[in-house]
Amino acid sequence: MSSLLEVRKLCAWYGATQVLYDVDFSLDAGRVTAILGANGAGKTTTLRALCQMVRTSGSIVFDSQRLVGKATEGVVRLGVAHVPDGRGTFTALSVEENLKLGAHVRRDKADVARDIEKMYSRFPRLGERHRQQAGTLSGGEQQMLAISRALMLRPKLLLLDEPSFGLAPLVVAEIFAIMRTINQDDGVSMLLVEQNARLALELADHAYLLETGRVALAGTSEQFKADESVRRSYLGY
Amino acid sequence: MTTVDRRWIWLGGALLLAGLVLLPFLVKNYRVFQFNLVLIYAIAVLGLNILTGFNGQISLGHGAFYAIGAYAAAVMMDRLGLPYWSTLPVAAALCFALGFLMGFPALRLGGHYLALATFGLALAVPQLLKYKHIEGLTGGVQGIVLVKPEPPFTFRLFGQPFNSDRWLYFFTLAVAALMFLLAWNLLRGRVGRALVAIRDHPIAATAMGINLPMFKSLTFGVSAAFTGVAGALGAIAVAFVSPDSFTVFLSLTFLIGVVIGGLASIPGAIFGALFIQFVPNIADELSKSAPSAIFGVFLIAFMYLMPLGVMGIVRRIWARWRPGAARPLGQR
Amino acid sequence: MEGVLHQIFSGLANGCIYGSVALALVMIYQSTHHINFAQGELATFSTFIAWALMQAGWPYWAAFGATVAISFVAGLAIQRIILRPVERAPVLTNVIVFIGLLVIVNALSGWIFEHTIKAFPSPFPQKSMLATRFFSAHELGSAAVMVCVLLALYAFFRFTPVGLAMRAAAQNPESARLVGIRVSWMLGVGWGLAAAIGAVAGMMVAPIVFLDPNMMSGILLYGFAAALLGGVDNPWGAVIGGLIVGVLENLLGAYVIGTELKLTVALVLIVGVLTLKPSGLFGKPVVTRV
Repeated sequence: MSSLLEVRKLCAWYGATQVLYDVDFSLDAGRVTAILGANGAGKTTTLRALCQMVRTSGSIVFDSQRLVGKATEGVVRLGVAHVPDGRGTFTALSVEENLKLGAHVRRDKADVARDIEKMYSRFPRLGERHRQQAGTLSGGEQQMLAISRALMLRPKLLLLDEPSFGLAPLVVAEIFAIMRTINQDDGVSMLLVEQNARLALELADHAYLLETGRVALAGTSEQFKADESVRRSYLGY
Repeated sequence: MTTVDRRWIWLGGALLLAGLVLLPFLVKNYRVFQFNLVLIYAIAVLGLNILTGFNGQISLGHGAFYAIGAYAAAVMMDRLGLPYWSTLPVAAALCFALGFLMGFPALRLGGHYLALATFGLALAVPQLLKYKHIEGLTGGVQGIVLVKPEPPFTFRLFGQPFNSDRWLYFFTLAVAALMFLLAWNLLRGRVGRALVAIRDHPIAATAMGINLPMFKSLTFGVSAAFTGVAGALGAIAVAFVSPDSFTVFLSLTFLIGVVIGGLASIPGAIFGALFIQFVPNIADELSKSAPSAIFGVFLIAFMYLMPLGVMGIVRRIWARWRPGAARPLGQR
Repeated sequence: MEGVLHQIFSGLANGCIYGSVALALVMIYQSTHHINFAQGELATFSTFIAWALMQAGWPYWAAFGATVAISFVAGLAIQRIILRPVERAPVLTNVIVFIGLLVIVNALSGWIFEHTIKAFPSPFPQKSMLATRFFSAHELGSAAVMVCVLLALYAFFRFTPVGLAMRAAAQNPESARLVGIRVSWMLGVGWGLAAAIGAVAGMMVAPIVFLDPNMMSGILLYGFAAALLGGVDNPWGAVIGGLIVGVLENLLGAYVIGTELKLTVALVLIVGVLTLKPSGLFGKPVVTRV
């Protein structure tokens, strides 16, 4: 299995404050990898660093391309779609306009239209509300919209930042089920940042544990589930 | 703070005080007049900063409050024969009331809408001042000419006489010190924190029990009062008021002073005032044909180099020198 | 009665002009979420360029087209060169830069083209069949031009991908980057469009008020008021706001308060309306979840 994403010695700063220290991880094509950790561990920063939204140093190689130093728009054009924390919806625009924007860099108009229909069939609630102002959707619907928007890019890699945040358990289960479908049927590789370790380990093949900006543990999700300290600190049993 | 620091502060303060006291005797009359204006503008800019920097309500109309303060002083001095120092509290009270009233529509408007409303105020006041029907009071287009107050006693120091301009300098210095102290006292406590909370997170502030409408209107009132006092002092110093001295550009000038000095900063007002008093003169000297273009270039250059104003740079240096120190109030 | 009608129609004609300035302001606001105070001065400068071209012998519509094109490029360049360094700075810092720009362009207009008042031709001849009892040919013609501009803009923002991208970039630059939009360039395009519209407005105004460096100062204020009255995110609102402001100004000046205070009273009324309806008459109140 080829390595889609290779990250070596990644450091990141917010202004003058360093947040990530020599983070190493990799992601194979077609796989789901989870990044776990408590609040403030640097999980969100890692995703932002991949998209070059913060100052970084080190090496990020995605699909044989170096990402460090590129503009965020450039990273996106290589096929990386980021569902940010807080969803990042264009709240003043309609649902359909949000989806169209997701496909902004694509040239194939007919396929884009077909993809939009596909999103509506996968998430019927979005279809019902396609002319509605996105800011008036519920939290769960906005999350579905955010994921759909990211998928409109037909990305090679999907970055998800805390998709379960602020959502009711039933809604979360629904969303995670759909994410599994997306990974298995469409072959989209995923890098998932989650505080909810149990959910993340159900979905992911591999996982990394971040503690105050450093990788504390790495392995398959089975290894993680079996690990005593992880179970106590992050899985609650 | 260590004892060493405290001694340096006392020493620095004493030197500063000595400098301020001796300054008018070391320079010619016209410079004294200019420094007087700097102090006056500093009060006005501080007033605007309280509203815009600390409380986040933009005002493009503070020139109007300055004008009202100035005319109040002029009318009291010329038409009613009252002494110059009595005009200050009246100007303050009048402008406070008007500012407070202004606070109510301001509640509903935000951002650009408030900018327009206050801009409208800035345009309206000179027009009103020229209005034929109240010419008897305001002197119409010609304005009112005043008499500069004489100093209560006179002497010579370094060969310079203690005349009107120098006396007014000390008078203004005293008033300015008082107003700055007042502002500092007001802003460093609960009130200051409430203002900043309203600026940054109005919903959270309301949820925490801050009476938003009352606070915002009071802030407008206080801010207007400061600028009104500056206006009264200005009228006394210049000894002349006319509608055309208080155009829209005055309001813009105060805003420039606030941003150049640094938002949400009390000492910044002084840097802002120095800028708006002296940089136009420098621009004049650099170019006879298009001095305002040079001024515009200065504005843009300053914003490139110091997007957070002079105090922004000062704070950055301070933070580097003492990395553990807490961020001062009002800074994000 | 005829007097009132005359005032109304004349107000509508002026209103078209305020509307087009308002349109330019809305344009910049839609793409940058800033109000550009230098708009008027840029429009005046563009009109001077058109004047200079015509002095050099260019026919009207050729000069018109060239000026619009030059203005677009200039607006884009100003954003890319002068505004880029403060793109991430606080709003008020940007406001000061706008003021600086305003002052510089105004001074340049005066320095290059001098302060003598100049006549500017209208492309709509006086005696054509367009002229009616209530509207001059120029008033009708400029209204038509403005309607065309408006329709083109509406279509651009609503139906084209670039228009959508621009709206997205203005509302949420970070999310816009995450879908691959080159946000910086969108800002530049917004400025270019606004400068082009401003040039059109200037060239429509100049035949009426004559061309001098301070031509647009008063008009800018009315344009600003019109844009806010109509809702600063709504191009149609800008135009209708302009018409309302034009009529209001005329009626107030003629029948209520006299020319001295009409500006004041007009603004008071506008502020009153805004207090009742804070996002403007036609603005979309953006709903935010607390």
